[in-house]
Amino acid sequence: MAAADFLINYLPILLFMGIACAVSGAAVIGSLLVAKQNPDPEKLSAYECGFEPFGDARSKFDVRFYLVTLLFIIFDLEIAFLFPWAISLGDIGLFGFFSMMIFLAVLTVGFIYEWKKGALEWE
Amino acid sequence: MMDLWQSYGIWTAWTFLYIGLIVGGVLISVAYLTYAERKVMGAMQRRQGPMTVGPFGLLQPIADGLKLFSKETIIPTQSSRVVFLLAPMLLFALSLVAWAVIPFDKGWVLANINVGILYLFAVSSMGVYGVIMAGWASNSRYAFLGALRSASQMVSYEVSMGLIIVCVLLCAGSLNLQEIVLAPRPLWMQALLFPMFVVFLISILAETNRAPFDLPEGESEITGGFMVEYSAMAFALFFLGEYANMILMSAITTILFLGGWLPPFGILALAAVPGIVWFGLKTALILFVFLWARATLPRFRYDQLMRLGWKVFLPFTLLWVIVVSGTLLALGALP
Repeated sequence: MAAADFLINYLPILLFMGIACAVSGAAVIGSLLVAKQNPDPEKLSAYECGFEPFGDARSKFDVRFYLVTLLFIIFDLEIAFLFPWAISLGDIGLFGFFSMMIFLAVLTVGFIYEWKKGALEWE
Repeated sequence: MMDLWQSYGIWTAWTFLYIGLIVGGVLISVAYLTYAERKVMGAMQRRQGPMTVGPFGLLQPIADGLKLFSKETIIPTQSSRVVFLLAPMLLFALSLVAWAVIPFDKGWVLANINVGILYLFAVSSMGVYGVIMAGWASNSRYAFLGALRSASQMVSYEVSMGLIIVCVLLCAGSLNLQEIVLAPRPLWMQALLFPMFVVFLISILAETNRAPFDLPEGESEITGGFMVEYSAMAFALFFLGEYANMILMSAITTILFLGGWLPPFGILALAAVPGIVWFGLKTALILFVFLWARATLPRFRYDQLMRLGWKVFLPFTLLWVIVVSGTLLALGALP
């Protein structure tokens, strides 16, 4: 019963998600149906500042974008780890505080290494 | 048995009414935020802004909406059609769904869940998917580059935003948004959190891709970024989503730092005014900062943007988490 009471709080969110999807879907589909569609090949080609698009746009891209996402995963996991720690710091006290400081120190060493290696440089 | 069905019926009707109120309120706020933006920018540049449609141009947002609705939806031949149309829907739906946990006044919340701030953090992170989907599905060079830029920018600033939220959580001791608002916050604690408030304000500008961090749009170099191939209602949904996100981020700032629906500076006489009015005024104040920044500041370069995010904000907020937790522990003020 307790679990059901707990989950009932989330039911409005589920309903809201359904309504939000319905509203956004209705907007796009409604516009598609109501507005006059008059496609022609020139209009439907990808925008390329005045000349014909050549090749596929999904080509190679700078590896630094990839690097940023990798760094993001590490730090986002760290934050996910910090959330419960922040809430329960009053209960776990000095021991919990220093445990987290050691964890953060390890991450900071890694961060300094990235910095010195130039992973954060965009010239 | 009848009673049970009746109570379920009332509950469902109430929930749907509340959802309808939130959706309607957000849409009207977005419409008049675009109007306010043009008026404020106009005033700052000694122009009048929209004046033609309706008195003082008040019907301008409605005219804009109708125009966008009646335009042709262009789906490029080379694009992935389904993903192309799903991306704006996803972004817009996410910017609405986040409002489910925002407390507008004491007890005025659709879903009073105990991990409210975590839910908001999760929903706002999902926005990156919409951007990447749009850029990939368009199959256009500008859109692809714009999406990559936008995604890296959003994830970069999300890290410092997360660390700032951790600072607030240390002071409040709860993940529930109402309890965060109601948590006692003496003056020294406010002073301790003030630098985080400033960093959070700058981070939400970057997170919502607004000026001076509007590089993903960058009309002078990549012609509109990931939105370049979109038209009509699909474009309008991106637009609505962006503005709804601005309002949402302002509301989150209000809840985390400005005391939500509580009267300002703790003046009891002002508590006679309904809390939702204070909530709205505080949110509007932050929104004004968005518009002010757009009218005042030139656009950043991409390397400056990344340097600010990773080399200034990240070390600073990480240090501040340690400072806040250490101070609270030393003073024995942990909740």
